[in-house]
Amino acid sequence: MTSDAVLSMEDITKVYPNGIVANKGVNFSVRTGEIHGLVGENGAGKTTLMQILFGLNQADVGKIFFNGKEIKIDSPHAAIAQGIGMVHQHFMLVPSLTVSENLVLGLEPRRGFIFDKSRGIHITQELSKKYNLKVEPDMLVRDLPVGLKQKVEILKALYRGAKILILDEPTAVLTPQEMVELFNELRQLRDEGNTIIFISHKLAEVKALCNRVTVMRAGKSQGVFNVEDVTEEDISRIMVGRDVILRVEKDVAQPKESVLKVNRLTVVNSFNKRVVDDISFSLRRGEILGVAGVEGNGQRELVEAITGFGSYGLGSILIDGEDIKQLSIKEIRDLGCSHIPEDRMSYGCAPTLSVRMNLLSYKHNRREFNRRFFLMHMSTIRDVSTELVKEYQILCTSTEQEVRCMSGGNIQKVIVAREFSDNPKLIVANQPTRGIDVGATEFIRKRLVELRDRGAAVLLVSADLNEVMELSDSFLVMYGGKINAFIEDVSNFNEEKLGQYMLGLKSQDVDEIGRALHD
Amino acid sequence: MNAVFEIVLNPLFAFSVLRVSTPILFAALGALISDKAGVINIALEGIMLISALAGVIFSAISGSAFFGLFMALFFGGLVAFGLGYVSLKLKTDVILAGIAINLIASGGTVFVLFLLTGDKGISSSLASKLLPKIDIPILKSIPILGPILSGHNILTYFAFISVFLVWFLLYRTPLGLRIRAVGENEHAVDSVGISVVKTRFIALIISGVMAGFGGAYMTMGYISWFSRDMTAGRGFIALAAESMGGATPLGSMLSSLLFGFFDALSNSLQLLKIPYEFVSMLPYVATVVGLVIYTTQKTKRMHRMRIKAESKKEVL
Repeated sequence: MTSDAVLSMEDITKVYPNGIVANKGVNFSVRTGEIHGLVGENGAGKTTLMQILFGLNQADVGKIFFNGKEIKIDSPHAAIAQGIGMVHQHFMLVPSLTVSENLVLGLEPRRGFIFDKSRGIHITQELSKKYNLKVEPDMLVRDLPVGLKQKVEILKALYRGAKILILDEPTAVLTPQEMVELFNELRQLRDEGNTIIFISHKLAEVKALCNRVTVMRAGKSQGVFNVEDVTEEDISRIMVGRDVILRVEKDVAQPKESVLKVNRLTVVNSFNKRVVDDISFSLRRGEILGVAGVEGNGQRELVEAITGFGSYGLGSILIDGEDIKQLSIKEIRDLGCSHIPEDRMSYGCAPTLSVRMNLLSYKHNRREFNRRFFLMHMSTIRDVSTELVKEYQILCTSTEQEVRCMSGGNIQKVIVAREFSDNPKLIVANQPTRGIDVGATEFIRKRLVELRDRGAAVLLVSADLNEVMELSDSFLVMYGGKINAFIEDVSNFNEEKLGQYMLGLKSQDVDEIGRALHD
Repeated sequence: MNAVFEIVLNPLFAFSVLRVSTPILFAALGALISDKAGVINIALEGIMLISALAGVIFSAISGSAFFGLFMALFFGGLVAFGLGYVSLKLKTDVILAGIAINLIASGGTVFVLFLLTGDKGISSSLASKLLPKIDIPILKSIPILGPILSGHNILTYFAFISVFLVWFLLYRTPLGLRIRAVGENEHAVDSVGISVVKTRFIALIISGVMAGFGGAYMTMGYISWFSRDMTAGRGFIALAAESMGGATPLGSMLSSLLFGFFDALSNSLQLLKIPYEFVSMLPYVATVVGLVIYTTQKTKRMHRMRIKAESKKEVL
C-alpha cells in the first residue's frame, strides 16, 4: 500500500449467502485530494466494495485503514462518523420535504423541542455558498430536476462532515450540461482537499475527470493506474479481459415496407401537459430508427403509446396497417411487437421468479408450452430456456436461479433473449443497454443489428448518444414532445449540431422533419 | 322527514356528534401518526378495546378515574409496542400481526372480564369511575353554542386539542420530521444514520397511546361500563377517516366528524322506529357514497381538462 493513502481497504473478500463471490482479496486505496475512478463491468464487485466501505455490507475477510489506523465500519452511521459520505445512484431523499429539511435530517437544528426551520435554511445557504453548489433551501425535493437532487445529496454528505465522497454512477441520470457542471463542482471539491471516489461505466468520463483509476474484474482488482498513462481502450481491455469493439460493425440498411406508422400522435400526461406533441414518422422493415434527445422530452410516453402501456388522445399508431388504439398490450405483442422496457426491474422482469419463468413470461399461453388440462409442459420450458441461456450467454447458476440475484447486464440479457427469440417484426428498445457492462452492451447491440438484417424494424430509444449514432440507420431528435430533427444519414453528421437540436437551440423546418414519414 | 330535521337541528344533536366523534378522532390521529411513519396500524380496534377494559378495571381497583386513564394509555402503548416488536423486530407482516391483536383483544377482554366478574357480557358489577365533565364558564350560558360545546367529557376537549398537538408533533419537531421522512423513504432515513426501526417504534407507540385515549373514553366517558366488542369497528372507521382526510390532522378531524355525524344520526333515528339494523348501516353507506361521488367528480374534471389540453392547438 502506498504510504500517502488516506484510506485503504486491504484484502477484502465478500461471499454472498447465495454463493456469489463478489469480492476476492481486493485492495483499494485513495489519497487525499484526488478523484479516484472505480470502473468495472456489472457484477465486477464495485458496488459491493463501496457498500462495505460505507457500512451497508460487511466484508467476510479484510481490513479497512483510515489514516493508518484500522477502523471498523458496521453501519452507515459509523462510516459517516469517519467522514465517509455516499451519493447513491438512487437518491436517498424524501420527496415531500424541502431541500433544507432533507439536508439536516438526522442532525436537525433545535430550539428546545422544536425543529428550527430557519436555522436549517441558514445552514443550507451557508453550505451551498461554501461549496459553490447552488440549491434553493425552500424548494420541495420532488420539484427538483435530477441534477439538483444530486447536489442536495452531495451537500448532505458534506454537512455530515464527509471528507471522502463516494459517488455511485453519478452521471447516469444527468444531461450533458448538468454533467459539465457536476464535473466542475467535483474538481473544486477535490482542490479543497476532499477525496472523491467516482464509480462509473463510462470510460470517457473517468478519463476526463479522474486522477487515478482502479479497475475491477470478476470480483478482483486489476490494478491502479494513473489516468494520464492509460487510454480508454487500455482500460476497457483490462476491464473485460479482451478487446472490446466499441464500434458496431454493420452493413448499409436495406429498408423495405413500413411496419410502424405514427401519425400526428399527441399524448397528454396527468398534469395536462402535451408530452408528445403532434409527431409523425414511419419505421420500415430492415432499419434501425434511433430516437435521441435529453430524457424527459416525450420519449418515454412515445414508447408507452406504441407498446400499449399508456393511452394517447389524438393521432394514430399503425402496426402493419392495424390501428392499435383499442388494443391491449398482449394484442399489440401478438402483432409481432417486442418491447425492451426502460425500467428493467419493474416492467422487464419478475425479479423473484427464475430465469426460466422470466424467459417464458408472456408466452405462457402458447401451445408448445402447454399440455392438455391446464398443465404446463415443464420439460419443453426447461429445454427452451436452457437453449436461450446458452445462445444469449446468460451467466446464471441454473435456469432456476432467481433473476434478482443476477447482475444488471445478465438480467437485461434474459429480457433480450425473451424478446428477440420471438421472431419480432417490430422491436421497441428503450434504453436497451443502460447501466450494464461493456460485454453485455456489445452483445445486445450486435443482436439488434442482426435482427435488423433479418428484416425486423427496430425503434431504438436511448439517452446514450453514442449508442444512437452507432446503431441507427437514421434517427429522430425529440425536444419538448416534438420531433426537432430527422437525420436520415447518420454517417455524415456532426455531434455539435446534434447537441443544438437536442437542447432545442435549433430545429429543422417542417419539410425536413416530414421526411421521417416515408410514404 | 320533518322528524329527521327536527332531530338534526336540535343543539342536542350537535352535542352528540362531538360526543360520538371523540373515540373515532383519537383513533384516527393514532392511525395518522403510524401511517406517516409508513406502518399501517390495523390493530387500533383491538388496542381501543383492551384500553377500554383496562380503564374500567384499574379505575375500579384504585377508585381513581385518572389512574384508570393512565393504565388505559399504558396498555395502549404496551400493545402497540408488542405490535412493533413482532412486525419491526421479528419482521412479521404488520397487517397479520394487527389482525391477530384484534382477535386476541376481542376474545381476551371477554376472558379477563369473566375472570374478574364472572360475567361474559358486561362489566356493570365493577365500580368503575367516570372521567369528569367540564362546564365551560361563560360559554355555557350562550344559547345554542353553549349546549353544543359545553359540558363535554374532558377527553372530548382533549381530542380536539390533540389535533393541534399531533400537527405540532409532525410538522414542528425533529421527531415529526423523522417520522414523515421514514414513512416516505426509509432508505433516505437509513442513509443518514437514523434508525428506521426506532423511529417507527416511537410512532407506533404514540399511535397506541392515542388509541388508548379512545378506549378509555369509551368506558369512562361515553358510557360507564365495558361490554364485549364495544368498540364496534371504530378502529377501522378511524383508519378510513384518516385516509379520507388526506392523511392530515385537520382532514382526519373533519372526516371523523362526518362519521360522528352519521353515527349520531343513527342513534337518534332509532327513536323514530326505523329498524335498528338499517340505521346502523348509515355511516358506512354514507362513506361509500361520499367516496364514489368524490372520485367520479375528480375523474370527470381531469378528463375534461385532458380533452382541453389535447385540442388546444388543433385549431391552428
